[in-house]
Amino acid sequence: MNPSATEYAIDVQKLNKHFGDKHVVNDVSLQVAHGEIFGFLGPNGSGKTTSIRLMCGLLTPDSGTGTCLGYDIIRESAQIKRNVGYMTQRFSYWDDLTIRENLDFIARLYDMPNRRETVDHALESLGLASRADQLTGALSGGWKQRLALAACMLHKPKLLLLDEPTAGVDPTARRDFWEELHRLAAQGISVLVSTHYMDEAERCHKLAYIAYGKLIAQGTAKEVIDSQDLTTWAIHGDRLSELSEQLRTMPGVDQTVVFGSALHASGKDHAALEKAVQQAAAGKDLRIEPIDTGLEDVFIYMMSRSSDNYGMPS
Amino acid sequence: MTTHALFSLPRWWSVVLKEFLQLKRDRITFAMIAVLPIVQLALFGYAINTNPKQLPTAVILGEQSPFSRSFVAAMKNSDYFNIVETLPDETAGRRALAQGQVLFVLNVPADFSRRLLRGEHPSLLLEADATDPTATGSAVAALPGLVQPVVEKDLTGPLAHLNGAPAAFDVQVHSLYNPEAITQYNVVPGLMGVILTMTMVMMTGLAITRERERGTMENLLATPVLPIEVMTGKIVPYVAIGLIQVTIILAAAYFVFHVPFEGSLIAIYLAALLFIAATLTVGITLSSLAQSQLQAMQLTMFYFLPSLLLSGFMFPFAGMPVWARFIGNLLPLTYFNRLIRGILLKGNGWIDLWPSVWPMAVFMVVMMGIALRFYRRTLD
Repeated sequence: MNPSATEYAIDVQKLNKHFGDKHVVNDVSLQVAHGEIFGFLGPNGSGKTTSIRLMCGLLTPDSGTGTCLGYDIIRESAQIKRNVGYMTQRFSYWDDLTIRENLDFIARLYDMPNRRETVDHALESLGLASRADQLTGALSGGWKQRLALAACMLHKPKLLLLDEPTAGVDPTARRDFWEELHRLAAQGISVLVSTHYMDEAERCHKLAYIAYGKLIAQGTAKEVIDSQDLTTWAIHGDRLSELSEQLRTMPGVDQTVVFGSALHASGKDHAALEKAVQQAAAGKDLRIEPIDTGLEDVFIYMMSRSSDNYGMPS
Repeated sequence: MTTHALFSLPRWWSVVLKEFLQLKRDRITFAMIAVLPIVQLALFGYAINTNPKQLPTAVILGEQSPFSRSFVAAMKNSDYFNIVETLPDETAGRRALAQGQVLFVLNVPADFSRRLLRGEHPSLLLEADATDPTATGSAVAALPGLVQPVVEKDLTGPLAHLNGAPAAFDVQVHSLYNPEAITQYNVVPGLMGVILTMTMVMMTGLAITRERERGTMENLLATPVLPIEVMTGKIVPYVAIGLIQVTIILAAAYFVFHVPFEGSLIAIYLAALLFIAATLTVGITLSSLAQSQLQAMQLTMFYFLPSLLLSGFMFPFAGMPVWARFIGNLLPLTYFNRLIRGILLKGNGWIDLWPSVWPMAVFMVVMMGIALRFYRRTLD
C-alpha cells in the first residue's frame, strides 16, 4: 500500500493486548491524521507504552487491526520500522558509545545513503558537534533526550512515536522540544506523543485519554473537555483542604481538587453544584467564581471514574 | 512477519562495528581475555591425574592360535582393555590410533606360536596412544602381569618345559605420540578448548541479555536490523578475541610447557576457528533464552561444567561410562580436544581430523537455528 494514499498516519481499530490476566490495552481505536500532533495521556500503567508498541509492530496485538503509514501493523512491521521514528520511554541508546558513534550506528542500520553528512548535520543542529566524541552515558537527562530525538529523526521518518519524551527534562528544554515538534508537524510529519504534562497536552492538535487500558475520550482539547459536561467553580481563600473534605460529601459535587491557591469543585449537576459551593462558602472569608473547566479537571475526573479492571477476568 | 527482508551487509557491519567499539571500552572484559588463559593454564596445567579402565583396543591378529586368544582374553579380563575391533594390518592400526578410535593396538605377529613353541621368546607388540598418559599408564602397567597366567594355562603337558624363566614371551609396549608420558602435553592443549568455552560462552551469553537489561533492545527491535544480523554481528568481535586467546595459549604451550607441535599451525587455527564459532553460537543461544544477565551466567555454568567434565579434558574420555560418553559426544569441546591433541601431538592430517570436524559444524548449524528461533523479534 502506498502510504500517501491513506488518510491517516495511524489508523487502528479495537486493539487488545493482555499480559497474563491483565487486560493492558482494551479495544483501543484511534486515528492520527498526517501532520498532526496527537497527545496520548493517561496515568502510569494505563497502557500508553503498550499501545505505542502495538502501533509500531514491537508487540503483536491479541486482536484488532490497523495500519501505520498505510502498512499493516501485524504483517508489515518491517516497513513500519523503516518509516517510523520511535523514541522509547527509557533512554535506549548505548551509554558506552560516543554521541557520534550512536548516531552513526543508527544511520548505518537504516542504510542511509550519505551517512557522514547526515550524522554531521544532526550533531550540528543538536549543538553537540563539539562534544561528539563524548560518551553518551555522561550526558545529562536533557541532552540524552535531545540526542534520542535526533537519533530517531535521523532516517527522516514520516511518523514519530514518542513515549514520554520530556519526562525529567527541565522547562526550557521542554519548550524547545515542543517548538521543534511543531516545526516538524508543519513539514507534514505526524507525531504521536505520550505525556503527563497538562501544558504539553494543550499544545497538541488532538488528544486521547487512556486509563486502565481503555480509551476514555479523544478529540481536540475542547472536545475532550466538553465530552465530560462538567461545571467547575473555583474557590479562593484559606484552609482549602478542610473545605475540600467538606464539599466532597455534599450532593452535586463530583470532584474537588486543590490547585495551589484555588480549590476547584466540579460536578455534572450544574444547579446542585452551585448550591453546594455557595452553601459551603457561606459565612466564610472565601471568594467563589464559576470558571471554565480545564483539561486537568477533566483528566482527574476521568481517571477517578474509570475502574481498575486489572486482574479481573475479561 | 510475512514481509521478508533480506540480509543486509552494511547493517550487519554496523552491528559488528558497534560491538567492537563497546568492547574497546569494556576494560574488565579486556583484562579477562588476557588473564583468564594464563590463570587457568597455571591452575590446571599442573593439577590433573586419574586411572581409567575399559579403554578401547584393537587387535591385529597375524595368526589365530590358542596363545593369542588366551592373551586377548586375559587383556579383556584385566578390565583395562575393551577389545572393540579386529584390524587387518598395521596401517589400519595406525589410522585407528590417529583418529582416536582406539587407544591401543595389539599386534600378534604371524609366526608368534611357532616361535613360542621353539622357545625363541617372541614378543607381542602393543602400540599405545600416549597423548593422554593418565589414560594409558595404568593399563600399560598391568600388562606384564597378564603374561604369566596365559603361560600357566596354555603351556602345560609336553609344553611345560617352556614355562620357566625367562618368560616364554613378552609384550613390547610402544608408546606413540607422547612417549615420555608428560601430562602437560595432554592437559595444555586440552586447556585451550576449556578456556575458549568459558570465555566465549560467557561473553556472548551476556551480549543479548545486556541489550535487553539496558533497554537498548527495544531500540534495536524498532530499527530494520534483522535477528541474524544482530546475532552474527555480535559474534564477530569474539571470534577475534578467541583467536587472540588461542595464540596466547599456543605460545605458552610451546615456550613454557614445551608441548610438541607435530601438526600444522594452519590446521590448529582452522580447528580453533570452527570451535570458536560453534561455541559462540551456544553463547548467543543461551543469551536469547535468558531473561537477564544473571540467568545467562547461570546457563553458562550449566553448559560449562559438563563440557569441562565430560569432554575428555578432565577425565579420559574412553574411561567414562556409555551415558557420559553420549553426552560428551554432543559437546563441541569433546571434538575440539581430539582435534587439538591430534594435531599437536599426533601430527594428524586432514583425513584424520575430519571425523571430529563435521560434528562441530553440525552442532554449530543446529545451535544457530535454535538461537534464531528464540530471538524475540518483538517485545512479546
